[in-house]
Amino acid sequence: MNVEAIKSIYFFEMARMRRTLLQSVISPVITTSLYFIVFGTAIGSRIQSIEGVSYGSFITPGLIMLTLLTQCIGNGSIGIYFPKFTGTIYEILSAPVAMTEILIGYVGAAASKGLIIGLIILATASFFVDISIAHPFVMAVFLVLTAVTFSLFGFIIGIWAKNFEQLNIVPMLVVPPLTFLGGSFYSIDMLPPFWQAVSHFNPVLYLVSGFRWSFYEIADVNPLLSLGMVGLFLAICLSILGWIFHTGYRLRS
Amino acid sequence: MASVVSIQNLTKTYGNGFEALKGIDLEIEEGEILALLGPNGAGKTTLISIVCGLVNPSGGKVLVGGYDVVRDFRQTRAMIGLVPQELTTDMFETVWNTVSFSRGVHGKKPNPELVESVLKDLSLWAKKDNMLRELSGGMKRRVLIAKALAHEPQILFLDEPTAGVDVNLRREMWQVVERLRENGVTIILTTHYIEEAEEIADRVGVINGGKLLLIEEKTALMKKLGRKQLRLELAEPLKILPDSLSPYNLTLSEDGAALLHEYKGEEGDGSIASLLSMLQAENIHFRDLSTRQSSLEDIFVALVGEQA
Repeated sequence: MNVEAIKSIYFFEMARMRRTLLQSVISPVITTSLYFIVFGTAIGSRIQSIEGVSYGSFITPGLIMLTLLTQCIGNGSIGIYFPKFTGTIYEILSAPVAMTEILIGYVGAAASKGLIIGLIILATASFFVDISIAHPFVMAVFLVLTAVTFSLFGFIIGIWAKNFEQLNIVPMLVVPPLTFLGGSFYSIDMLPPFWQAVSHFNPVLYLVSGFRWSFYEIADVNPLLSLGMVGLFLAICLSILGWIFHTGYRLRS
Repeated sequence: MASVVSIQNLTKTYGNGFEALKGIDLEIEEGEILALLGPNGAGKTTLISIVCGLVNPSGGKVLVGGYDVVRDFRQTRAMIGLVPQELTTDMFETVWNTVSFSRGVHGKKPNPELVESVLKDLSLWAKKDNMLRELSGGMKRRVLIAKALAHEPQILFLDEPTAGVDVNLRREMWQVVERLRENGVTIILTTHYIEEAEEIADRVGVINGGKLLLIEEKTALMKKLGRKQLRLELAEPLKILPDSLSPYNLTLSEDGAALLHEYKGEEGDGSIASLLSMLQAENIHFRDLSTRQSSLEDIFVALVGEQA
């Protein structure tokens, strides 16, 4: 195991976050604060509580998940795409590092950034709404697993993408509908039966539901099933990466 | 001398069917400077990329220090430094960070003193805190060399290192190369500037169409393939060559004012001495003489031309 190389990649990536503090930390915090002001405080005060939880509190886990997914996919994909774009990837590919070590460095950094921002948003949320965390350990497990899984997913997109448009298409076009329709802002019980059934095909539903359960012990699906689904998605990402590393897809001809 | 890089029947066919390498055999000796010449698309960069691990070989094998570049990539890549052809840099990073990163990613513990000395050697010390995008093309080239040297490689690959580099920097770069060679580093470079190969290489290889056409000691190559030309400026123009001079490979210049004698570098003196005495016997006087040796460039053009 080339620990020095993993450390180098990890800290090199984390340095990028420090350099782009405004873009990578402050902007998601401002965006999320706007959600709290509009949905939590303004509109939320007129919405009745859901299963005994005020609307502002109810949407907090979903908002954290929304940011976590976007950030992890974004960081995970740009981390590997940018060296591909500038050509500096030659250095990593000609260094004595295994692909798994490259992965640990990049995905570790992307997940760390996502987690830091997720926690900042949790802290921000506590200024606007009442938050209680019933199962802090379960919450941490969901947070970490989701961060890692979606950073892996981002890494795959970064390897696959041939241009900036392809790089942005998943975070811009796929993630928001999945999050909005995944019960971030409502309980799927509120939906007509047909859309309830459709929602069960949405992976984000399981994330949000499980994560919310760790806060308020209310859930659309069984928390264990949620955990299983995150695990399944993690396994899918790892197998795709296994195939990519084995074939050298878009990395080594 | 022991060979530090051993390339055996190496082939590469890209996914689109392009056959970049058609069975290359090459032994690179420890501590030598080897220049690889060849036109664009000859396969030089593919060859280097396989040794460095950027491209997977289709067939054959490459050993570096006795280790296989595919199976034992950790050992082989730790020994190799690569300066790529393209000026690829992390635009928003500082010189210091990017060079330190190179060292770390090659698995070496941080060593600020070493990074400092590499930067000073390449006249980059004053720029260490500058972002790469602020640097000129020549400076970026130096940074790429510094990155390749940051992990103290035993073998250095320079892929067209002097493309777009001014004369001063080129001189400085060759001084760095000379110092590295004194420290026992093996250097493989590809270049379009044949004078460069002529000036600094110990051996020269010519690649074209995915094949190694020849590999030879530079001096031996010049001797073997280099033609010499003797030019005699005549005191009085000649209309035709006397028959007695026909055994010599002679041509008369168009105005008849000069005699040109072509001979192979290695057969040297003999023919010239007898030619000169024959001229004296024929009472042909000359007022000046000069000789010219064909350069690597001429050799190269002739070789590649034969192939085409």
